[in-house]
Amino acid sequence: MFEGSDVRDSYGQVHASFQKMGADEVRLRADSLASSYLEQGVTFGVEGEERPFPLDIVPRLIEAEDWDHVEQGVRQRVLALEKFLADAYGPGELFADGVVPRETVVTSPHYHRVVAGLEPANGVRVHVAGVDLIRDGNGDFRVLEDNVRVPSGVSYVMTNRRALSAALPEVFADHRIRPVSQYSQRLLAALRKAAPAGVSDPTVVVLTPGVYNSAYFEHTLLARTMGVELVEGRDLVCRSGRVMMRTTQGLEPVHVIYRRIDDEFLDPVQFRPDSALGVPGIINAARAGHVTIANAVGNGVADDKLLYTYVPDLIRYYLSEEPILRNVDTWRMGEADQREEVLDRLDELVLKPVDGSGGKGIVIGPAASKEELEELRTKILLDPRAWIAQPVVSLSTVPTLVENGIRPRHVDLRPFAVHDGDDVFVLPGGLTRVALPEGELIVNSSRGGGSKDTWVLARPTDPDDEGEVAPTATPVTGISQSAGPALEAEVPDLQVHEQEQQQQQGDPKAGDKTC
Amino acid sequence: MLSRIAESLFWIGRYLERADDTARILDVQMQVLIEDPGMDERTSCEQLLSVMGVEDYTGQPNRWMLLDLLAHNPESPTSIATAIGAARESARRARETLSTDIWAAINTTWRGLGTARAMRAPDMFSWVRNRTAMISGIADATMSRDDGWHFYMLGRSIERVDMTARLLSTAALASGPQVAWPTTLRACGAYESFIRAYRGIEADRQAAEFLLLDRWFPRSIVSSLAEAERALGKLGSSGQRSGFSDEAQRLLGRARTELEYRPLNDIVFDLPVEMERLQRSCAAASDAVSARYFAESEMHTWRGGVVL
Repeated sequence: MFEGSDVRDSYGQVHASFQKMGADEVRLRADSLASSYLEQGVTFGVEGEERPFPLDIVPRLIEAEDWDHVEQGVRQRVLALEKFLADAYGPGELFADGVVPRETVVTSPHYHRVVAGLEPANGVRVHVAGVDLIRDGNGDFRVLEDNVRVPSGVSYVMTNRRALSAALPEVFADHRIRPVSQYSQRLLAALRKAAPAGVSDPTVVVLTPGVYNSAYFEHTLLARTMGVELVEGRDLVCRSGRVMMRTTQGLEPVHVIYRRIDDEFLDPVQFRPDSALGVPGIINAARAGHVTIANAVGNGVADDKLLYTYVPDLIRYYLSEEPILRNVDTWRMGEADQREEVLDRLDELVLKPVDGSGGKGIVIGPAASKEELEELRTKILLDPRAWIAQPVVSLSTVPTLVENGIRPRHVDLRPFAVHDGDDVFVLPGGLTRVALPEGELIVNSSRGGGSKDTWVLARPTDPDDEGEVAPTATPVTGISQSAGPALEAEVPDLQVHEQEQQQQQGDPKAGDKTC
Repeated sequence: MLSRIAESLFWIGRYLERADDTARILDVQMQVLIEDPGMDERTSCEQLLSVMGVEDYTGQPNRWMLLDLLAHNPESPTSIATAIGAARESARRARETLSTDIWAAINTTWRGLGTARAMRAPDMFSWVRNRTAMISGIADATMSRDDGWHFYMLGRSIERVDMTARLLSTAALASGPQVAWPTTLRACGAYESFIRAYRGIEADRQAAEFLLLDRWFPRSIVSSLAEAERALGKLGSSGQRSGFSDEAQRLLGRARTELEYRPLNDIVFDLPVEMERLQRSCAAASDAVSARYFAESEMHTWRGGVVL
């Protein structure tokens, strides 16, 4: 079934298992996988409409060594971005030292002066990070962008694992795969550690924009697996600098809010006055130190694609280390010489708006028409700071089940990291998004993309309990079950009489009718 | 627990019960129409629509119109399709508090609606009854007996009182009572229990008595009222020495004692009027629950509702 490219060695066992199963069986299991997602309501929203999240039946495998590299690289980036945010909203030493121009930071639409000087409870601003990676032509992982505002997708990492282990128990059992189930507990622990000082048993909530949000499924899953309330803005109210939630027993205090609402909608007092999703006064409560907002407000400056171009410098500046994961080569349109070079080769490059997310506004040069390129040129000249350019990176491919069998398709990877103030935990694996149409380079789910369960293989030396247990049926011998009313074969003599009578009741000729 | 979530659970209970009971009521009506050829279809359908609180319809009521308005049409606020859709929407809003099993059961039911609406009427009714029974069974086996459960049970019980009252009115109005009462008992799954309780005596008065007053049968009005009172008691365990501070508890308790302590003849003399009074008590109790527990939440997950 595997065709079209050389399959990496690590896929050997998967390959063999699929061959053994045969095409029909694989297809059958893929269908049952899809219907199980529909039944569970594992969906994402597109323009207010729920769609099932497509999960490919072929897992993606990542070798232990490769993963170590990714894990260290992600950890390094998160730590550098934490230091950057603390500095940018605090003393601003990086500006004085000329690492990043002050203008670059303060002109970002995501820079919020209102949180300048706000010191988070345990110093953490990036409680959760999602770092988008791709593998280039050499097989090296490269960073495409950082997400330290409200990165989403981790719920699919967890549900994909459960669904795939049920669909392919035998393939699962052939590998030692590092588990992903501990994510929620890690997140909850990090959120609890971020509670305001003096709160020993904090109340943590997840704040969602509501059922029409594209990531609503994820919000419910996180709340459910952490065992905390999922609240909407209208469930919360601020009273004398504290945030309370409306319960059937009256108002109860909230200490840590894992918010999945963008800054701009969080507090109508500070940001968009028309926001119906937020909680008026929540920023003041955070300033007063009565509530922790995670991720911190204002993190968007670190997500900015222009700032992204400086991250390698930030790693050197704050950590005195060399970047472990490299960026994709990037030109800043705000700089005249780089802009000139790019404007000459618009048709070869990918142009990205710096504050776009989810593939919005991206122009792929080779695929664009003349008119589109002219329009783009005008836009760049009008507001150069708003754009960066990157070469078209040939994303690596991974075997994927499509209509005509298993074929290579382009993928990216979003590992998730949780920072609790002492340690950055990187969930083994992450969300692999796959572009299902042939040749498609944008893997976004709103563009018909799917996902894959991503298996990070454990080393033989790794402790045994690291491997996730496949749900194979193990016969258990124990206390025998108590039987119900005696079965026919073992009817004691005394009951034979009664049984005969019961049988006779169906026969109109037998016995006299007294009832 | 969050007021909004409590409200969702209350309405999940109500909507699922409403879907179940609407299927039961329609089942009776359709059978009566088929088995009693002397019946005036138009009057009978008019009466049922009025019992169900449907007033704005055009044209002459007939069985196809009933099926459309009360079962298939997702635009009609009184249809089974609407009730299941609303239960699913409420469940989606309370997703993180529901067990995965119960959510999947509700979601699968909602997804199966399309297929169910294409079935023959009796098959669809039995599908609805089976699906809702399955969801209650899963809820029973997987939900913690915390406040969420009590709100769910409260909603379910109040709705059951309301809908059983409508079912009794329907039976009382049917012109061929010798057909209507056994069918009504069957639709409630009460036929065998009734025969056992009354030793084979089949009479309208006894059937009404059974569905109104039997303390052991779970769909009877008195046991559903008692169930609702129990849930309210668990929710507001304030331990008062006298009276009830809770308006809903007072309303339901009064409705129950009015049934239990009055001569049966008084009640069955004009059953439809009595049943309408009971429905008013249910609506008032539901409002009282909202005012006490959900008032803080500004959201209204339910739509339509039945106008009396």
